[in-house]
Amino acid sequence: MAKLRIGVVSPEREIWSGEADMVIAKTVDGEIGIMPNHAPVLGVLVEGGVLRIKRSEGGDIAAAVHGGFLSVADNDVSVLAESAELGSEVDVAEARDALQRALASVDASAEDEQAQIAAKRARARLRAAGEEV
Amino acid sequence: MGAQLRLLRRRIRSVRSTAKITRAQELIASSRIIKAQQRMEAAVPYEREITRAVSAVLSNSAEIDHPLTVAKERPASAGVLIVTSDRGFAGGFNANVLREAEALAGHLRGRGLEIKPYVVGRKGITWHRFRDREMSGEWAGFSDNPTYAHAKEIAQSLVAAFSDDNGIDEIHVVHTEFRSMLTQEVRAKRILPLEVEETTEEPAGGPLPYYEFEPTAGDVLNQLLPRYIESRIFNALLQSAASEHASRRRAMKSATDNANELIKVFTQQMNQARQAEITQEISEIVGGANALADASAGKE
Repeated sequence: MAKLRIGVVSPEREIWSGEADMVIAKTVDGEIGIMPNHAPVLGVLVEGGVLRIKRSEGGDIAAAVHGGFLSVADNDVSVLAESAELGSEVDVAEARDALQRALASVDASAEDEQAQIAAKRARARLRAAGEEV
Repeated sequence: MGAQLRLLRRRIRSVRSTAKITRAQELIASSRIIKAQQRMEAAVPYEREITRAVSAVLSNSAEIDHPLTVAKERPASAGVLIVTSDRGFAGGFNANVLREAEALAGHLRGRGLEIKPYVVGRKGITWHRFRDREMSGEWAGFSDNPTYAHAKEIAQSLVAAFSDDNGIDEIHVVHTEFRSMLTQEVRAKRILPLEVEETTEEPAGGPLPYYEFEPTAGDVLNQLLPRYIESRIFNALLQSAASEHASRRRAMKSATDNANELIKVFTQQMNQARQAEITQEISEIVGGANALADASAGKE
C-alpha cells in the first residue's frame, strides 16, 4: 500500500518527517483523517490541536500543533504549524503548571483571550504527551 | 631610557590590547555565523511549504480579491521596514542598509508617496533619531538572534497599518541578503501588496493539483497570507542576522590584521631607536674614556 510522506514544520525548525499510514488532524471544521491517495486538501488547523500520525512500524506519534495549515497532495502531507511540539518532547510538569496558571487567569477574567489560548495550548501539549486532562 | 622609546612602547601596548579585542570579536562572530546559517536552513522547509500553499490557493481560486493582494488605486504612503543591527563593529553593514533605504525612499517620494519608516535594530533607530525623523515603528534587541515571535510582532503591526484606511498603502523591506560567507548584498523589495503573477510556467515541483479547502478558499487565504508575510519578514531577519555576523567577522579580521601590521612597524621603529641610543651611549663612553686618557697622558 502506498504510504504518506509527512513533514511537520514550524518556522524555526523541522519538527518531524517520515512515512506513515494515516494522519489525523483537527481543522476548524472538525477532525480530518488522511490516508494514502487522499484528494488534495488545504485546511486551517485549530489553535491547540493534537496531530496524530499512525505508523505500522515504530509506533504512533502525537504532536501538539498550535495554529497553522495542513496541505495534502500526491501522498505528501505537510503540516505548517506556527509552533509545534512532539508528544515525547513535552515537559509534562511544566505544561501542567502552564495549564494551572492559564486556568487561574481565565477564572479571574473570562474575557482574557490570551489565557484561554494558553490553556488550549497547554491542554494540547498534555494530550500529545499522552496525559489525561 | 629615551623619551621616544617610552612613547613607542606605550603605543605598541595599546595597539596590542586593541588587537586582542578585535581578534576576540572576530572569533565570536565566526562561531555565530554558523549558528545563524543553521537557523536560516532550518527555516527553509516552512518557507517552501507556505509559498507552495499560497500559490496553490491563488491558482485554485478564480478571482483573487484579498485586501493584501489588491494595490490601492492611488497610494499615498509607503512603509519601509529597515533591518539594521543592534551593535556596530560590523564595517559598512548598517551604512549600506541605510544608504539603500534612502535611495528607495527617494524613489518612492518621486512617485508622490509619503515615507513611513519602520526600523529594526538599535543602529538604525539612532540614525533616525539623530536626524529627527519620525519612525512609525521601532524594534531592537534581537538583531543577532531573531525568533519567529519577533517577526510575528513586526508583521502584525505592518499588516494592521496596511489594512487601516489611514495607514500605509505599500510595504517595502530593506535588508541584507546572505549569499555566502563572503558576499552579502543589500536588497530592497516590496512585500505588500503581494504581487500576483499570472504565469503559464509550471511551478517548481510539478503542476499544482486542485485542492479542496477546509473551510473555504477565502478563509484559508485569510489565514495564510498573514502567515506568509510573517515568514517573509522572519526570513529577512534571519538573513540580516547572518550577514551581520559575516560582516562583523570580516571587519574585525581586517582590524586585527591592521593592528598586527602596526605592531610590526612600531617594533621596528622601537628597535631602531634603542639601537641609536646604545650607539650614542657607546660613543659617549669612548669619548669620555679618550678624554680621560688624554688628560692623564698630559700629566705624566
